[in-house]
Amino acid sequence: MTDPILSLNNLKAGYGQTEILHDLSIYVDPNEIVAIIGPNGAGKSTAMKAVLGLLNIREGNVTLNGDDITDTPAAQVVRLGISYVPQTQNVFVNLSVQENLEMGAWTRPEGIPERLAEMYELFPDLAEKRNQAAGSLSGGQRQMVAMAKALMVDAKILLLDEPTAGLSPKYRGEIFATIQKIKSTGVPILIVEQNAKQALGVADRGYVLVDGANRHTGTGAELLADREIARMFLGGGH
Amino acid sequence: MEAYLGYFLYLLSLLTVGGIYALFALGLNVQWGFAGLFNVGIVGFAAVGAYSYALLTTAESTFHLGGFGLPLPFGMFVGMILAAAIAAVIGVICIRLRSDYLAIATIGIAEIIKLVFKNETEITNGPRGINKIPRAWEHFSEERFYSSWPLSWFASPETWESFFDWLPNWWWQPFFAGTVLLVMYVVYRLLERARMSPWGRMMTAIRENEPAARAAGKDVTTRRIEAFVIGAAIMGLAGALFAQHLRLIEPTNTFDSAKVTFLVWVMLICGGSGNNRGAMLGAFLIWTIWSASELVIGGTISLIGNVFQNLDTTILETRAGFLRMMLIGILMQVILQKYPGGILPEVRPASPKADKS
Amino acid sequence: MWDAFGFEFVNFYLIPGLVLGCIYALGAIGITLTFGILRFANFAHGEMMMMGGYLTWTIMAIVTALFGLTLHPLVAMVPATAVVIFLFLLTDKYFYKPFRKEDTIKVVMASFGMMLIIRSAVQAIWGPNQLKFVSGIAKPNEILRDVSGSIDLMLLVPNKHIWIFLGTIVIVIALSYLLNKTRIGKAMRAVSDSPDLAHVTGIDVDQVIRATWIVGGICAMAAGVFLAMDIQLLETTMGFRMLLPMFAAAILGGIGKPYGAVFGGLVIGLAEELSAYPWIGDTPLLSPGYKTGVAFAIMVIMLIVRPQGLFKGRSF
Ligand SMILES: Nc1ncnc2c1ncn2[C@@H]1O[C@H](COP(=O)(O)OP(=O)(O)OP(=O)(O)O)[C@@H](O)[C@H]1O
Ligand SMILES: [Mg+2]
Repeated sequence: MTDPILSLNNLKAGYGQTEILHDLSIYVDPNEIVAIIGPNGAGKSTAMKAVLGLLNIREGNVTLNGDDITDTPAAQVVRLGISYVPQTQNVFVNLSVQENLEMGAWTRPEGIPERLAEMYELFPDLAEKRNQAAGSLSGGQRQMVAMAKALMVDAKILLLDEPTAGLSPKYRGEIFATIQKIKSTGVPILIVEQNAKQALGVADRGYVLVDGANRHTGTGAELLADREIARMFLGGGH
Repeated sequence: MEAYLGYFLYLLSLLTVGGIYALFALGLNVQWGFAGLFNVGIVGFAAVGAYSYALLTTAESTFHLGGFGLPLPFGMFVGMILAAAIAAVIGVICIRLRSDYLAIATIGIAEIIKLVFKNETEITNGPRGINKIPRAWEHFSEERFYSSWPLSWFASPETWESFFDWLPNWWWQPFFAGTVLLVMYVVYRLLERARMSPWGRMMTAIRENEPAARAAGKDVTTRRIEAFVIGAAIMGLAGALFAQHLRLIEPTNTFDSAKVTFLVWVMLICGGSGNNRGAMLGAFLIWTIWSASELVIGGTISLIGNVFQNLDTTILETRAGFLRMMLIGILMQVILQKYPGGILPEVRPASPKADKS
Repeated sequence: MWDAFGFEFVNFYLIPGLVLGCIYALGAIGITLTFGILRFANFAHGEMMMMGGYLTWTIMAIVTALFGLTLHPLVAMVPATAVVIFLFLLTDKYFYKPFRKEDTIKVVMASFGMMLIIRSAVQAIWGPNQLKFVSGIAKPNEILRDVSGSIDLMLLVPNKHIWIFLGTIVIVIALSYLLNKTRIGKAMRAVSDSPDLAHVTGIDVDQVIRATWIVGGICAMAAGVFLAMDIQLLETTMGFRMLLPMFAAAILGGIGKPYGAVFGGLVIGLAEELSAYPWIGDTPLLSPGYKTGVAFAIMVIMLIVRPQGLFKGRSF
């Protein structure tokens, strides 16, 4: 059995003194899309920050390809191959689209022009806006800049925090399509999503997070079929 | 005997100036320790207090506006009020902004205040300054005081004159030192009460977690402005006492921001910001170190001068003062990094619940 | 028209205003970069400028003593710049970096302490009295005078001012190249934009901070030497005197905006000089003693009406 790419093991972590994650375990295998869903404030974003070493981790550990990376500083984590798109403020608004991508490639030693070209192919909308300030783009376009920026390195895994929050259905579809495209290039993805149905639709496996701990785990299809989950997240009404 | 008197008087002067600095430090503690407001314009508030006191209480003079010869406490009171008023204006403009802006604005206003005192020669006698400022107690031995109310009730001017001639010339020193310490003590008690009051607890809550305090419906900005104004009033009062102590004030050297603002900051940080007793302790301690080191260095230099007869020690003397300032600066950095709590760290007032039990 | 009004206005108010503006602009660049990238108001910046002037003077004095040559300040400035940059990096390492993760006001306090430490150090080393930086009376550049005089627009600009203008232009162009075309410059803008995002993007923020001190140091150095060249002397209060106008310039232009700082510097410099022009009647509009108050007044007005600055910098 191969090691998972990324694995969070029995994490207890929080901001300063407050503990937010009480006992959290998540893993991502090669070539997988894993979705985390859960109510607002459940600690989904916090889980991602724990991977990036932005948190005070009290117990448990985080491993990348079997190596312990708990409490490694963010810049180092990125260098190790974890690309992260935060939920908010995920582009440099005063930099142009192209400059954002160049910053994404900070840890990339070479081949930047080639990768830029690939990104403009993957996100054709961005190609024509490359010299525009990222702050002047629409929400969906910004989300694409953020993803492209994260993909500028040869990531071992991509962490996406609610990439479709606040987007129109059209953009949401585009983003999910892109996510599948990214997976097909061999990059596993850990995604946090509010749009549980769509997320579980593309995910191989999913986790339901409540109050900083795992509540349910299973394949995307299993979770979609689960009654309780359907009532909590999928019942269209809320 | 003579020597002991010298020591006694030196001690009194340490207590006097230390007490005045303690007042400055208490004022700063309200702003920084209670409310987290970074004021680097202490010298400006001190100057306002000092000049208002000086203009109001000195005898009529051809060099500057007035003086109005008003009662001393009235001059001190006006000094407080004016310093508070200036603080209110700055506070309203800057406190809603980030703390750095307040710092810039306070250092700016201090410079502007000094600029005005320097340029408005008609009012302040400009760079030449104001002299013959009445000092509490000592002022009674001036003719205009002993020949008028209240001393004139008790005896004739002639009697007073011979009485004051009969007193040793330092007679007022213990009284003045006592007055300064009394004022300091009263301010301290008032501030302690404020700190324990709901107002003080609210200040702590705001400093700890501003968003939570805001969310709880507290008027954070107004509370901060209040703290800023109260602190400035105390500084104005201290400035008035400073003017009494010096008796001659001018805008540049008297109100040198290094010697006032900076020294007060070092005192507060060293003693323990947030703690009123720490503020006072720091003031006396640093002032003692500061003035004793002056003596020690001065002594060393004159010793060197005696050994090497042909050496001109004046350069050493001026340079040593700057070196001392530099060392105090480094001391502050060390305390800031290694002992951020100071000697007497802040003690939080007990929560209301604990009080009742 | 030129004779009655323009000649005096341009040569005695406008040009000195621009010169002062250039000096403020260079100083304000450093302040705005530190404010934007390290997020604190650096009170020691003016003292660093002053220190740069003294170091330049020392190098000139040493060369004169050893070789009997009079070095131009702009040449002596080069080695002095290296020392100043080194000092900037050293202060950062020992006095500012320990507070990087804490409340920014602690760093402001540390920089306030540095201000006093540096000034006292300069006073202890070089003494509190004024030093002559460049001797002699600065005569107007003759070519410029004759050429402009021949078309009835006589300009009296001494060489030192021409150097200051040229130097400022070169530095601003180099800065804009750095910020827009180089990797480290773009990263500086990125960190100024959002330090958190810069961290999780993998940008080496420490390297960016070092670059910021270097750039700020070069500008501070140039500003200090230009100021000394302009007034032809050195005094230990000159750094502190510049501090308020530089802050005002940075706030006017919008915190974190280098071009804003340049614009703000020029505006403040011009405003200070033009405030002494007899706009109404024959007496100066504002007594020259209050010149330094102009910057403060502009700053306060900005803080009231538009704290984010004209160029919409970060508003806190
Ligand atoms: N920087 C922070 N400091 C302190 N507490 C925080 C911080 N960020 C988040 N929290 C707290 O941690 C808890 C979990 O927040 P988190 O952002 O992880 O939720 P989430 O599951 O991502 O929610 P959402 O779906 O709204 O994004 C919340 O109670 C929140 O208040
Ligand atoms: Mg979230």
